Amino acid sequence: MFELTEEQQAITEMVSDFATEHIAPQAAAWDRDHHFPIDVLAEAGSLGMGGIYVREEFGGSGMSRLDAALIFEELAKADPTIAAYISIHNMVVWMIDKFGNDEQRAVWVPQLCTMDMLGSYCLTEPGVGSDAAALSTRAVRDGDFYVLNGTKQFISGAGSSGLYLVMARTADTGSAGITAFLVPDGTPGLSFGALEAKMGWNAQPTRQVVMENLRIPVGNRLGEEGTGFGIAMRGLNGGRVNIGACSIGGGQAALDKSIAYLKEREAFGKPLIAQQSLLFAIADMETELETARTMIWRAADALERGTADTVRLCAMAKRVATDAGFNAANTALQLHGGYGYLSEYGIEKIVRDLRVHQILEGSNEIMRLVIGRLAVEK
Amino acid sequence: MKIVVLIKAVPDTADERILDPQTYRVDREEGDQIIDEITERALELALSVKDRDKTTEVIVATMGPAHAIKAIRKALSMGADSGIHVLDDSLIGADLVLTAATLAAALRDLGAELIIAGNESTDGRAGMLPAMLSEHLGLPLLGSLTTAEMSAQGISGQRQSEAGTQEVTATYPAIITVTERFAEARFPNFKGILGAKRKPVATKSAAELGAGAQSLTTVAQILPRPARSAGAKIIDDGQGADELITFLTARHLI
Repeated sequence: MFELTEEQQAITEMVSDFATEHIAPQAAAWDRDHHFPIDVLAEAGSLGMGGIYVREEFGGSGMSRLDAALIFEELAKADPTIAAYISIHNMVVWMIDKFGNDEQRAVWVPQLCTMDMLGSYCLTEPGVGSDAAALSTRAVRDGDFYVLNGTKQFISGAGSSGLYLVMARTADTGSAGITAFLVPDGTPGLSFGALEAKMGWNAQPTRQVVMENLRIPVGNRLGEEGTGFGIAMRGLNGGRVNIGACSIGGGQAALDKSIAYLKEREAFGKPLIAQQSLLFAIADMETELETARTMIWRAADALERGTADTVRLCAMAKRVATDAGFNAANTALQLHGGYGYLSEYGIEKIVRDLRVHQILEGSNEIMRLVIGRLAVEK
Repeated sequence: MKIVVLIKAVPDTADERILDPQTYRVDREEGDQIIDEITERALELALSVKDRDKTTEVIVATMGPAHAIKAIRKALSMGADSGIHVLDDSLIGADLVLTAATLAAALRDLGAELIIAGNESTDGRAGMLPAMLSEHLGLPLLGSLTTAEMSAQGISGQRQSEAGTQEVTATYPAIITVTERFAEARFPNFKGILGAKRKPVATKSAAELGAGAQSLTTVAQILPRPARSAGAKIIDDGQGADELITFLTARHLI
């Protein structure tokens, strides 16, 4: 479990080469210009990154959750924002492949796997975040159609995606009344809010998704009525591992930059790395990232095998990894002194990008709630 | 069409490359060994032929130590169909004469219409091997091409020399070598990486090939590159431009 196979090493090497050549050199400009690089995403898709742990039947790569974690870490070393978007996209494709019928899979999975079409995940609402079971977007059956009304908040890729996976209420029975729907771009009644101005994650668009009397055929319902909340939670287990891996990648990049900087920068007559307190800071970053990585790998393995403690381990891994990644980046900024605060050194961007990982895919407070409840219930 | 691509596992040019002071050989154990950049472009050319015509068979061949299998696997993950690994302790430190004779023996009976190599490797940089191979195999060589056009009848391309541009053509079977002017190699996709292990790699020993050659050259001495000395500094006190022109003119740079 702790030694990567030859294939995993080859996969990591390829993703690292791809990210180093096609993502890293442009990451700062994409952040500055708020540019969503759909051409580069399509390249990633052509290499198999659009459906990493999606079955091969309709174009997925058929790989494991651990493979996915390794891939997201490598991508995030170049740009956490792009890595995180690809993670969200993968979650959407996996949900359709896992819970869709063969017709839905045949229509949507192939084009999503190549990333010629992008996917967005629509759960959160303006008034409903952590308490997802309280969502208010409504879907009302009307013959062979459903009519959707409601607004989704903080939607990554909104306005650029070809497909929106929307969680909506079909009955007033709390979490049991939620159903998943596939809403294609261009459906009358679908519109988007203004581009949100954000602290980080600027290379992917975040907008509201608004549905007004939006009619979709019954065939666009994913799974049965009332199964949406379960689908959402199952998807988020993977999403948590993936976003954790993105945080480790970002943190690792910040650590690597810090080591190089401390070796090169001299003060008081010697390189900064010769100051023991700074060496200790490096040791702590290294240890916390490796601890988190170990946890991510363990959660990925649980997810892959579908063990009973999957929810608990995924929540722990998400909490530990997103904290470790952000802390490493924030420490790296301090170690770089004034230069860390300048955009040019690429550290402040990592800090800004990783900050949101502690909030989304279930905030780290919700992770504690999940872990705590499971601990107490035992 | 059957195409053989000669690839070579070399030390990464991004790392420090070391000549072993005892053996006088390139240290091939330290650091990352990667597919030589130009032979990777040779492979890309072959794979682009396969993209257009799926019946194309691409075989990669290399002579090198055990770890060269990694380079072969990478080539297979990028899309090559099979590999040939010439692996034998007796070939460690082989010179061009022995290498060319051995590779010729490995390739002679494959029935390839086209052999593609790089014009020179990033480590040895002799640039002679393809010509020696063409002599052994009795095949025409179009060397150091900057472009290549393949048709059913044969191959044509341009090569650049100090004297100008040459248009060259050959009928199959033939050997060509490519330069950095060719397209960069593609990334292997996940399916390619996962499928590479199932593709066949034939390992050939020196005895099996029976090339019957031996190295004719020995390295007498290696010397470290002298440390760089400081260049002349021109301080502009009004005459800077003139001094610079004199400096550049003296070296025939302008």
